[in-house]
Amino acid sequence: MRVAVVGVGYSGFNANTPDLSWKELMFEAAVRAYEDAGINPRRDVDSFITCAEDIWEGFAIFDEFVPDQLGAVLKPTCTICGDFIYGLATAYMHIKSGLADIAVVEAHSKASDILTFGGAIKFAMDPVWLRQIGNAHPYYFAALEMSQYVNECCIDEEQVASVVVKNKNNARLNPSAPYSGRIGVEDVLNSPMVFDPLRKIEIAPRADGAIVFVLASDEIAKELTDLPVWLKGVGWWSETSNYDTMSFNALYAAKAAKMAYKMAGITNAAKEIDFAEVDDRFAFKEIQHIEALELSKRFETATLMAEGYFDRSGEIPVNVSGGNLGIGNLLEATGGQKSLEVVLQLRGQAGKRQLSKAETGVAQAWRYIPTASGAVAVFGV
Amino acid sequence: MIMEVEKIKGLKFAKKQDVAIVGAGMTTWKRRLNETGKELSYIAVKQALEEAGLTIDDVEMVVMGSAPDTFDGLHMKGEYLLDGSGGSDRPYMRVFVGGGTGVFAPIAGYWHVASGLADVCLVVCEEKMSSCYPHPQSGFKYIWDPILDRPLNPNLIWIFALEMRRYMHVNNIKHEDIALVSVKNKANALDHPCAQVAEKITVEDVLNSEPMALPVRRLDVSPPSDGAAALIMVAPHIARQLTDEPVWVDGVGWALDTTMWYNRDLYFPRYVAEAAKMAYKMAHITDPRKEIDVAEPYDPFDYKELHHMEGLGLARKGEAPILTREGVTARDGDLPTCPSGGLLGVGNPIAATMGVKACELYWQLAYRAGKRQVAKEVTTGVCQAWGDLMQVGTVMVMSNKR
Repeated sequence: MRVAVVGVGYSGFNANTPDLSWKELMFEAAVRAYEDAGINPRRDVDSFITCAEDIWEGFAIFDEFVPDQLGAVLKPTCTICGDFIYGLATAYMHIKSGLADIAVVEAHSKASDILTFGGAIKFAMDPVWLRQIGNAHPYYFAALEMSQYVNECCIDEEQVASVVVKNKNNARLNPSAPYSGRIGVEDVLNSPMVFDPLRKIEIAPRADGAIVFVLASDEIAKELTDLPVWLKGVGWWSETSNYDTMSFNALYAAKAAKMAYKMAGITNAAKEIDFAEVDDRFAFKEIQHIEALELSKRFETATLMAEGYFDRSGEIPVNVSGGNLGIGNLLEATGGQKSLEVVLQLRGQAGKRQLSKAETGVAQAWRYIPTASGAVAVFGV
Repeated sequence: MIMEVEKIKGLKFAKKQDVAIVGAGMTTWKRRLNETGKELSYIAVKQALEEAGLTIDDVEMVVMGSAPDTFDGLHMKGEYLLDGSGGSDRPYMRVFVGGGTGVFAPIAGYWHVASGLADVCLVVCEEKMSSCYPHPQSGFKYIWDPILDRPLNPNLIWIFALEMRRYMHVNNIKHEDIALVSVKNKANALDHPCAQVAEKITVEDVLNSEPMALPVRRLDVSPPSDGAAALIMVAPHIARQLTDEPVWVDGVGWALDTTMWYNRDLYFPRYVAEAAKMAYKMAHITDPRKEIDVAEPYDPFDYKELHHMEGLGLARKGEAPILTREGVTARDGDLPTCPSGGLLGVGNPIAATMGVKACELYWQLAYRAGKRQVAKEVTTGVCQAWGDLMQVGTVMVMSNKR
């Protein structure tokens, strides 16, 4: 039995959303997804999954606030504490295990409601070993990782800058990318070095938005749509619990990709994958994640990046949506934005940013600092 | 234009493979334990692996269940508990439905195995409520709707007092009848080595205990606890290698009701009834009262055991107190209910209550419950948990027959 994406809906993405509450964001995205799939959630859906973390939401038990705006009252509904792609994995398992024929996955970000973003991240650190270290913003952990990584792989500033240039320019074709820009490498190099070697412009600013997917088993998918996008493989992996013990080379993404590729029957990712959407919430992370996804070899990726190999017109376009650097940090909805772009590209509905060759795409997301966990999904038509 | 699907498909249950339980473990439950959450998880996992005859290297995937992050003051608590629970270097996912997580985490373990993605799945539940200072109730300040509820400055005890009052009023039940549940469970817990508040008490003790929010009194309520529990779920071909008598998961179900708890009639838990319907349908159970031999309904308050028995269809509406009074729910009765001692006797570490729900049911059906083993012969049992704003029901049916 195969699993297909039969409907997608999203709301946003914006730097802030004073006109909508998080509930309204969820509702807007859900209604669009149900219309897209042609289903009535109260009657047809067997399982609803929301991806959320309590402290991002500002509640003690966020699960309570999920059902009403999704049409999920008195239905099997649950929360997964993870990225949207973890939710996709859960829906995949629900369909494969016969618990559901139609499953709905939702994730959202109302990052503009968070007053103390750095403080919230600090609460994710081990209270004994890490939380007490200094008073700096937790971004310095990313800077430490970047420092180690760029030295190990001999990556220079211009190469990291080329990630920002590519993504911000890609975002100019995306109507829902609030942080797009026509910039060059020198603009990036003029950006202040806020956490040496991390520049301000290399950190994705936060954004609001919600994404809802409707997934179905192949039998139902054929009844519902002429354009099913198959969820061919999904993988998730956790390396270790905190920054003090992790490998600093995105092992979580490599292992998750291995799992997803195995499920999808992909043996040579660089040849079989047409395009990718990877987590680029820090510019260097995109290079790291491309390597982990085996789209290019280690020590070569940064050079290829600067040469335009991952551009819109390149060999393997990466983050044609604009990525997080163009759209913003969507917290647990990050994987949702990635998956959404892959599905739109595969359906041929990506508008001005439509790629000419899009048959197999991969979406990847990381659970952000200070974790070493992440997930990968492979989609195909 | 919306294209409508004509037929309602319902649940098909064409699962990839069956799911068996082969091992369980739990730590002692106390108001304050010196161990960190990671250490508690480690202890429970070690016990479960030993019982199953496996090592951590055999585990393919890990499911974590832990309730509010506010208790520990940790953001992304699942990530923090990762290495203690054996989640390092493998797929690891945390599921969360508030208090219902105690039975929801094994349900998540079920779909990891039933979908064919994992052959050996470890389910770990951990809760450390004592880190929340001065009392875990202060963590519950942030579970309310910020506009409609929070200005009233509510706390959990008094919304449960509303629910208890409504249940008593509609079914014409006296507090004496409800107190019998507390008496039974606290006495059952005397045989549980992990129990926190086991004692021999009488109905008078309950009725004379300190009022919390009337009609709820001190001995009607389970205590806050620290603790952890673990469960090993495997595919049939692994189960056959490990044991001759595995316990099988026959059915799972869960349902979440509206956030607006004040819009519901609180006398009957519809969310439990819906979840039970799903689980029974899957397990081919049509008359639960006859077909279920042993039950572990969620009992954080004494009236809740009765409330949930009615939701699970083990008693008609208003009948559960009568069954209790007649001794049907005693350990040597016809329908032993909470033979572990439940939350009232053993303790209430929110998600880790898996230890007295799913784990206990497994031990009962595997005949491994020692002094707590029920008198009658058992083949099928049900466990259930409940949580959020009196809102979620999670149900699992197990059986030792295949």
